[in-house]
Amino acid sequence: MRRYSALSLLANGLAGHRHWQRAWRAPEPKRSYDVVIVGGGGHGLATAFYLAENHGIRNVAVIEKGYVGGGNVGRNTTVIRSNYLLDGNTQFYEFSMKLWEGLTHALNFNVMFSQRGQIVTAHSADQLDFFGYRANVMRLNGIDAEILSRDDVRRLVPYLDYSDTARFPIHGAIMQRRAGTARHDAVAWGYARAADGHGVDIIQNCEVTGFLREGERIVGIETAKGPIAAGKVGLAVAGHTSVLGHKAGLELPIESHVLQAFVTEPLKPMVDHVVAYGADHFYVSQSDKGGLVFGGNLDGYNSYAQRGNLGVVREVAEAAIALMPCISRVRLLRHWGGVMDMTPDASPIICPTPIDGLYLNGGWCYGGFKATPASGWCFAHTIATGKPHPLNAAYSLDRFRTGRTLDEAGVGPFAWLQ
Amino acid sequence: MLRIDCPCCGPRDHDEFRYGGDASVTRPAHDDSDFEAWYRYVFVRKNPAGAHREHWQHVLGCRQWLIVERDTRNHAIASVALARKPPTKQPPTNKSPARKPSR
Repeated sequence: MRRYSALSLLANGLAGHRHWQRAWRAPEPKRSYDVVIVGGGGHGLATAFYLAENHGIRNVAVIEKGYVGGGNVGRNTTVIRSNYLLDGNTQFYEFSMKLWEGLTHALNFNVMFSQRGQIVTAHSADQLDFFGYRANVMRLNGIDAEILSRDDVRRLVPYLDYSDTARFPIHGAIMQRRAGTARHDAVAWGYARAADGHGVDIIQNCEVTGFLREGERIVGIETAKGPIAAGKVGLAVAGHTSVLGHKAGLELPIESHVLQAFVTEPLKPMVDHVVAYGADHFYVSQSDKGGLVFGGNLDGYNSYAQRGNLGVVREVAEAAIALMPCISRVRLLRHWGGVMDMTPDASPIICPTPIDGLYLNGGWCYGGFKATPASGWCFAHTIATGKPHPLNAAYSLDRFRTGRTLDEAGVGPFAWLQ
Repeated sequence: MLRIDCPCCGPRDHDEFRYGGDASVTRPAHDDSDFEAWYRYVFVRKNPAGAHREHWQHVLGCRQWLIVERDTRNHAIASVALARKPPTKQPPTNKSPARKPSR
C-alpha cells in the first residue's frame, strides 16, 4: 500500500492522476482463513484492521453481501459524540472519541473528522437540571461537557426559535465541544484500505448463505462463492443480525426497524455545530456541501426495507420547524432509510456467543457510526483472545438474562418506540 | 404509504394505526415459573426478513386490535384479521354452569 501524502498528491497531480494505485485489492476468497468477518461495513472493516494492527492476525477475510460502504456506514447522519450517562457506555464511547481524534493518521486516510461541537437544547428547568447531572457524569469520566445558559445558546446558535411564541422555549443546553461529524464513506474506505494494506482480503458481492459446522462448533461459512473455512467467525451485520443469527442458531433480543435521514438543498454556512432538539427527536448538522443533514424517529414497525414512509417525513419536518423556523422554506433534496438492529435496552452487543467459534457484534440501534473505531477495537480483542475487552464487558448477550441491562434509552420489548 | 385493510373500516392509511409488535409471541401463564418462557416472552424476537405476523390497533378508527401479516422486506400485506375472534353464539341450554350439581 502506497502511503498518501502531500507529496504523493503533488506528484500524481503533475502526472495527470493516471498512476494512483487502487485503494484495496479485489481478491478471490481463499479456502480458509484464521478469522472471517461477515459484514463489510464500518464495524466489520474496523475489526479486521484492528485484528491485524493490534493482534497480528492478518489471515483475515471480510465478506460483504453488497459493496463496502453500501450499508449503514454510508447511510447515517455522521454524528460523533461521547455524552453517554451509564457506566459501560460512558467509557466505551469516550474511548471511541479518542480513537476518532487520531483516526486520520492511524489510517493514512482523511476521514474529515470535524470537532465542531454538539449542542442539545433544554426546554424546561428540569431538563436543564438533568443535563447538569449528565455533564457531571461526563466530567467525572474526564469527558468535556458544558452547561450553557439561554443567552449562551443564543450567542452560539442565533437561528433557533427564541421568540415568545416558541412551542418549547429554550432554557439552556448541554454542549460537548469535542463532538462533531466525520465523512462517513471515508471511514469505510479508510478502514478497508488500511486493513487491505495489512493483508486482509475484502470480498465484496459475496452473500453468506449459511455456516459450516463440526459438531456444535462453527468452522466456516457457506457463501455465494463457495464454502470458506475459518478458525473463528465474527458477525458484524447490523440490521441483518437476526437473519444471520437465526442461520447460526442464535436466539436474539433484536428487532430490525427503519430509520430515515434527510438532506436539504445546499445553503450558505449556517449551522456550525451539531444541534439536537431536546423537546422532540430531531438533530441537524450542515455538510461541507451545504446541505442540512438531519434525522428523527424510527418509522415504527419491523422493516428490512431501506426506505421509510411519509408520515415520519412530516413529523421530522414539524420538529425541525419548531426548533428552526428559518428553514421552513428550504426544500428537501432527498431522504433515505437504513435498517437498525434495535435492542431492548438501546445498548449494543459485542461478545462471544454460546456457539463455539462464533462472535457477535450487533444491536447498535441507531448509534453505531460514532462507535465504529471502539467497536472494531473491542470486537477484534474479543475475537483474538476469546474474552471481552474491559470496555465491552458490559455488552454481553446474557445481560438480558441476568438483569444487567444498560438501559440508556431502552423501552424493553417495544423497540419501535425508541 | 402502508395501507391496512381494516375488517371494520376498510382500507386506511397506517398512520391511523398503532403498532403492537410481533403477534407470534404469547404470554406465559401467570403462574408459570419457567424462567426461559418469561425470558423469551420479554426479549427474544424472531425478527424475520419476510412474512411477519404483527399487532396493529386502529386507534383513529374502530379501535380494534388486528393481526396483520406483512412482508418486512417490501411491506406487502398478505392478510388482516381481528386479533380477537367475535364470540360465537351458543345455543341456549338449561344447564347453568354456575349451578352446583344437586345431591
